[in-house]
Amino acid sequence: MTDSTAPGQQVATPADARDDTLAIAPNPPRRALGLHRRLSRVWANDPGWWGHVTAVNHTTLGLRFMGTALVFFLVGGVLAMLIRAQLATHDGAFLDTELYNQIFTMHGSIMMFLFAIPMLEGLAIYLLPKLLGTRDMAFPRLTALGYWCYLFGGLIMLTALLFGVAPRDGWFMYTPLSGATYSPGINADVWLLGVTFVEISALCAAVEITVTILRQRAPGMKLTEMPLFAWYMLGTSVMMLVGFPPLILASVLLEIERAFDWPFFAVARGGDPLLWQHLFWLFGHPEVYIIFLPAAGVLSTLIPVLCRTQIMGYGAIVASVLALVFLSFGLWVHHMFTVGIPHMALAFFSAASLLVAVPTVVQVFAWIGTMWQGRPQLVLPMYHILGFFLTFVMGGLTGVMLAVVPFNWQAHDTAFVTAHLHYVLIGGFVFPMMAAAVWWMPQITGRERVRGLGEAAFWVILIGFHGTFFIMHLTGLLGMPRRIDVYPDNPEWVWLNLTSSIFGFVMTIGFGLFVLDMALQAFMGQKQRRDPWRAPTLDWAMPLPAPPYTFASIPAPQHLDLPAREVITILARGEGLLPGAPRDRRELLTTSLGTARPDHVALLPGNTALPLGLASAIGGFVLLMLAGLYALTLLPLVLVAMLIWRWGRGMVRPVDDAPIEVAPGLSLPLQGWRRRTLGWTGSVCLLVANGTLFASLVFGIGFLALVASEWPGPEARVTSAALPWVAIAALMPVLGALAQRRSDALQRRGGDGSAAAGLGVVANSVAVAALAVLALGHMDDPTQHARDALRGVLAGYVALHALIGAGMAGFAMDQFRRAEITARHAGLLPVWRLWQDYAAVTALVAALLAVGLGMSA
Amino acid sequence: MRGALVLMLPLVLAGCDSPLSTLTPAGPAARDIAGLWWVMLGGAAVLTLLVLVLLAMAFGPPRQVRARVWTHWLGLGLSFPVLGAMLAAGLWVGERVLPRDDGALQIKVHAVQWFWEFTAPSPDGPVTTRDRLILPAGEPVDLIITSSDVIHSFWVPQLGGKMDAIPGRENRLRLQADAPGRLAGQCAEFCGVGHAVMRFEVEVVEAGDWEEALRDAANDGDAEDD
Ligand code: HEM
Ligand SMILES: [Cu+2]
Ligand SMILES: [Cu+2]
Repeated sequence: MTDSTAPGQQVATPADARDDTLAIAPNPPRRALGLHRRLSRVWANDPGWWGHVTAVNHTTLGLRFMGTALVFFLVGGVLAMLIRAQLATHDGAFLDTELYNQIFTMHGSIMMFLFAIPMLEGLAIYLLPKLLGTRDMAFPRLTALGYWCYLFGGLIMLTALLFGVAPRDGWFMYTPLSGATYSPGINADVWLLGVTFVEISALCAAVEITVTILRQRAPGMKLTEMPLFAWYMLGTSVMMLVGFPPLILASVLLEIERAFDWPFFAVARGGDPLLWQHLFWLFGHPEVYIIFLPAAGVLSTLIPVLCRTQIMGYGAIVASVLALVFLSFGLWVHHMFTVGIPHMALAFFSAASLLVAVPTVVQVFAWIGTMWQGRPQLVLPMYHILGFFLTFVMGGLTGVMLAVVPFNWQAHDTAFVTAHLHYVLIGGFVFPMMAAAVWWMPQITGRERVRGLGEAAFWVILIGFHGTFFIMHLTGLLGMPRRIDVYPDNPEWVWLNLTSSIFGFVMTIGFGLFVLDMALQAFMGQKQRRDPWRAPTLDWAMPLPAPPYTFASIPAPQHLDLPAREVITILARGEGLLPGAPRDRRELLTTSLGTARPDHVALLPGNTALPLGLASAIGGFVLLMLAGLYALTLLPLVLVAMLIWRWGRGMVRPVDDAPIEVAPGLSLPLQGWRRRTLGWTGSVCLLVANGTLFASLVFGIGFLALVASEWPGPEARVTSAALPWVAIAALMPVLGALAQRRSDALQRRGGDGSAAAGLGVVANSVAVAALAVLALGHMDDPTQHARDALRGVLAGYVALHALIGAGMAGFAMDQFRRAEITARHAGLLPVWRLWQDYAAVTALVAALLAVGLGMSA
Repeated sequence: MRGALVLMLPLVLAGCDSPLSTLTPAGPAARDIAGLWWVMLGGAAVLTLLVLVLLAMAFGPPRQVRARVWTHWLGLGLSFPVLGAMLAAGLWVGERVLPRDDGALQIKVHAVQWFWEFTAPSPDGPVTTRDRLILPAGEPVDLIITSSDVIHSFWVPQLGGKMDAIPGRENRLRLQADAPGRLAGQCAEFCGVGHAVMRFEVEVVEAGDWEEALRDAANDGDAEDD
């Protein structure tokens, strides 16, 4: 990762580049209070209510994510109680079917998209910088943007529920039920647009989690030795980057079908409802592991400390995480065993689904082995961990049963599955999260727990949970399907459901106690001494509650093996790297990918309302789409483009800064001198997600062309007269890439590349113009057949990428003009290069596909 | 042992008179799958117990342990045989219940929001019944399942697994009923506000009486003649 292309001053690198033990001399100790004051001034949120709007700090936002997720959990819980109340008797006392359908759909959607995912994002955002020994996440403004998108998307969905127009087609929204014919009204649009809005925050979080873990670990914290939680989160974030795009694509396609009648899923015009199922579960199965992995990361962190030992089998656990990430993308079909799939395919996906249990089993035994090796302490977090073991093991076992195809044919879509999914979700996520809450609350509040209440909450939840869901396995085997609101002809299910409902309310009381316990701790607890768990990890090497700057100085290699309580004072006195904030700006240290050698000093932006503005503009777009005012959506889109430009301007830094001495004898350059900045790594992550989206689109085209019944469609009207325009649209992004190369070369020589960048603007714009000509004059009506709709989507994809390419070229041109790009400072050029190359490749592929879909002579 | 009995008691109680139960099979496919379930349940109980015992034993003084024993021998060594056996059992049962091209009787099943249409061949032309499926006992029957609106799922729990009815495709499901009697079926895939009431009855008659039962049904009000 270290890059020698940046010319200029010779920069000291630690002794021997081959030696992988890194020696860094300590800084002289200073007065801790002085450092603290100045750092706090630089890193703190703005005062007053305005401070809530402009905050970008990871501690603030991590807590905000988790707090909001908790509120959504409570809302989802209330909906669950309504479901249970309805099912307690066979004629469903009080909800009508329409409302019941909205309620179970919202329960599932809220729990998955507005509780579980944001909760784990919040935990990662709050914890990772502290655990890795850095001061903040890589892109603080992105953290804030993600939060606002999550909040607004969630509020849109909740508002729809209040007005009785919430989604009602189940949390997986199968077409054609969710299509315009069978779901008129905005209910389904609320889901498609709201969830996609929320997913922006998932992608933001995934990008920054990846970059933070790869590039911001404390010096000497090798990838292969970092805390296991970071490995789990790395796996999770990669899965999010690859897992969410298929769902985003599916949602966009379905929304286009609903709004503009372009057929993708409608059988009569060349679509196929199974395309939705494939894309949804291509996301949906990894989603389950996205939720489980962070929880497992918590367990791997807590268990060894609670047993006063080291984790057993670090290597085996890392291998398991990687295996899970890989395998979980190969089993989505196990949610579709009853759609009529060839027996060979069933056997393959059944085997894959069973295989994925192996890495999980390895982890479970590594944890139990760790407990054998140490002396487990039966304190409250351990209660929740035991609750996890009991519940999750049973959920996992019913999971492998469901992977056995013939059994799946019976149990699928019954209460058995409802039981299974709650065993894994509550066992595998909620119990570990409760352990995490108990564990980190002292750090968040700086206070001690009130004794007794937490234990009571645990027992009530445990009993309530198993009382509710254990017999639901039986209910399902006795034939009760999921998603029904009445069962007048089946008195034999009444006592089962009634029991579930009663225990459901017991469980709710338990969660009430749990929340009460947290509130009491926050407001009435005694002051907490530092490092209450005597933990080895850096997250406790700080005063409580955690200060806004996180670390007064960055831990050096020799600090990584010391227990947290010894490191606290060393770091607070500035003996680590990059002490204090002497230049009055937010600085942190970036390191190399594998061995974590110091690379450069990154500057982070401060408090700003820009994320809120951008999220509001996106929100405006979503609301106008919901209102069906499609023409007006152009306004917020222009606003979005302008705000993103402002965002980019906010990143620009003075160019002439001298290297910074981060430790005696170790001077590092500022980010501007390196081509591979954090932003560059982040762009790579984003392109991975984007590439997955494109690959999903290609998959969709292939799937429909090969599988859908109404192919080939009616004779295409488009003729070879279109080919020159297709060629222009495909080749202009390539010209843009050449223009980028030229700007790069000029930049390295210290020349003026603004003309070359200008050429980039022109090339991309011509591509857009050529696509417009195609759309207006040559292409078939996209509502006619899936083939034509897909061609329209390809054209739109290429146009959007060329448009953004033009924007980047224009931005670089502007930077050349302002002399912000110099021989030493590459500005936006490296990122533009990534984007333009990607746009060029996808344009070529898209052109081939579009032509390959067939035209008349 | 007493515990197990107490656990089984509700099962036994529920077993009587539950027309949609997968645990009171009335045909070979459902019987095979129910057998699979009982075996898997036993295995799962043993494994859960194993984990709980290992956990309980962890509470004590620290012990010298070897990581390999846990991650490799238990982690890999235990899971592969168990999972392999499950895969084999699944494939075996799956193969047995699969439709094959042996000229079995074919009945068309068409799902519509929110009812079922069954069309059976008979000497006097196809007979269509609504929400009522008539099957000959002891003979394999292939159901050809379609839908023209949304996705539904055809399910007679006492006879075998479910199969989705998907617009644009024809799915085939093989079922066989042991003996004459009345069974029940329902839609298993959420299909809108009528999902909970999208049910049908299954009338199993002696194979020799089947055509006559069909003819009766055709003359009945049940038959559709539009
Ligand atoms: C607070 C305790 C909870 C109770 C009592 C509860 C109860 C239920 C019930 C009864 C259903 C089935 C509705 C039906 O299809 O007939 C259901 C569905 C579901 N639940 Fe929960 N649940 C709880 C917590 C959770 C949690 C924590 C999650 C996820 C993290 C979750 C995720 C789901 C999902 C995804 C569905 C499927 C929704 C659908 O079919 O579209 N639930 N829940
Ligand atoms: Cu899955
Ligand atoms: Cu249905």
